[in-house]
Amino acid sequence: MEKMRRGTVKFTHPPEVLSHGCAVGKKEGQGPLGKLFDHIQDDEYFGQENWEKAESQFQSAAISICLGHAAINGSDLDLAVGGDLLNQCTATSSAVKKLGSPFLGVYGACSTMAESLITAAALIDGGYGERVLASAGSHFCSAEKQFRTPLEYGSQRPPSAQWTVTGAGAVLLGKTGGKAKITAATVGAIVDMGIKDANHMGGAMAPAFADTIANHLRGVGARPGDYDAIFSGDLGVIGMDLAQELLKRDEIDISAVHHDCGEMIFDRETQDVHAGGSGCGCAASVLCAHILPMLESGQWKRVLFCATGALLSPTTVLQGASIPCIAHAVEIAAL
Amino acid sequence: MTNQEYSKLVDRHTKNSPLWTDCLKAFLAGGLICVLGEGLRQLYLYLGADRTAAGSWVSISLIFLAALLTALGVFEKIAKFAGAGTLVPITGFSNSVISPAMEYKTEGFVTGVGAKMFIVAGPVIVYGTAASVIAGIIYYLFLR
Repeated sequence: MEKMRRGTVKFTHPPEVLSHGCAVGKKEGQGPLGKLFDHIQDDEYFGQENWEKAESQFQSAAISICLGHAAINGSDLDLAVGGDLLNQCTATSSAVKKLGSPFLGVYGACSTMAESLITAAALIDGGYGERVLASAGSHFCSAEKQFRTPLEYGSQRPPSAQWTVTGAGAVLLGKTGGKAKITAATVGAIVDMGIKDANHMGGAMAPAFADTIANHLRGVGARPGDYDAIFSGDLGVIGMDLAQELLKRDEIDISAVHHDCGEMIFDRETQDVHAGGSGCGCAASVLCAHILPMLESGQWKRVLFCATGALLSPTTVLQGASIPCIAHAVEIAAL
Repeated sequence: MTNQEYSKLVDRHTKNSPLWTDCLKAFLAGGLICVLGEGLRQLYLYLGADRTAAGSWVSISLIFLAALLTALGVFEKIAKFAGAGTLVPITGFSNSVISPAMEYKTEGFVTGVGAKMFIVAGPVIVYGTAASVIAGIIYYLFLR
């Protein structure tokens, strides 16, 4: 790979997307993208006895579907890279243990899918292996339990709050044989503009997204119009507006091509999700259900997928710390 | 852009919670809970309880009802509408104890339910007790 600018690389032999799979919960299945998901699971426990195992099961299902599409199994993988929102990334390690594959766990909060993809793509381009799996997932109930309040606790959410997606996505990258390829990537830097409100992730993450997009465009020498679509992970409607305004101040106008996975996955009018969806599973499942198929079918030629993460913990929130945020951009092109 | 400028920009883009609507809903729901409480009190008085006992029975009944509705998954839906209307009366306290008890059952009865039951209500108990001690001291020193 070739370094274009600090943080940005172009892949010399762009790793290809061999297959992908996603599994989501009932609410996501009832959303506007419902028909596009590989698997919709109506049981929020996914047949397990607790939320943490259920979350793991969603990622497990996404991985199985992904590997099934490529007609390979875990023993054919050179590496699995993945993460989730739970402490110590237990949902991913439990899901991956059945594969018996070498594994790297990553944590980037809701940016995890982009982080997994960049790591996987760089390792393939660097000669680490032939087939590397990238995955991420989240579960509404386990996220509520870990980051907010017990599920049955009666409370009201502010309009800026977002709804954690129950779902997971997995993408298999390889050297050849796909219909889409990862051509470039930008690893973001932490941006913290002093937002402390854990119920306003969009506001906290928008500057990180704007920073990474500006850096990526400069790094690869592209303009927003060169892309069929630029996706943010889960800024939600408020974060989308803020990000576009921040970029406009930098004389970059992405409004014509900007979409947000969190804004798309739910119907905000009827599904009571306030500013939109969030969670690693949001960007991961929309990538697998919508973005990659649009590239593979040739309807889109070039897309920038930029998942964003709010790197807070329940402890730092209680301590009143501001929220460090990050965004990683992955450029994907049709073959 | 400085953090302060950004914070102002965020505020400009962010809709606040509908304060007056929320207040009205809370007033109606909270008021209804109190009407229910008074209805129950009259019932217990009619059944022969004295004033103190009737009051205690009202508390017990409302705590039980809130706990039952929490367990059935209904309380959370009512609270979403009512906000402070269900939070402030004793019903909110009941919900705040039962909901973590349910949530942490998967971590065992001792290390889960027992240890986590008061993660939400704990501060109310701690500072409620502390405040009553202070009130007691003031009463003892100045008003006795």
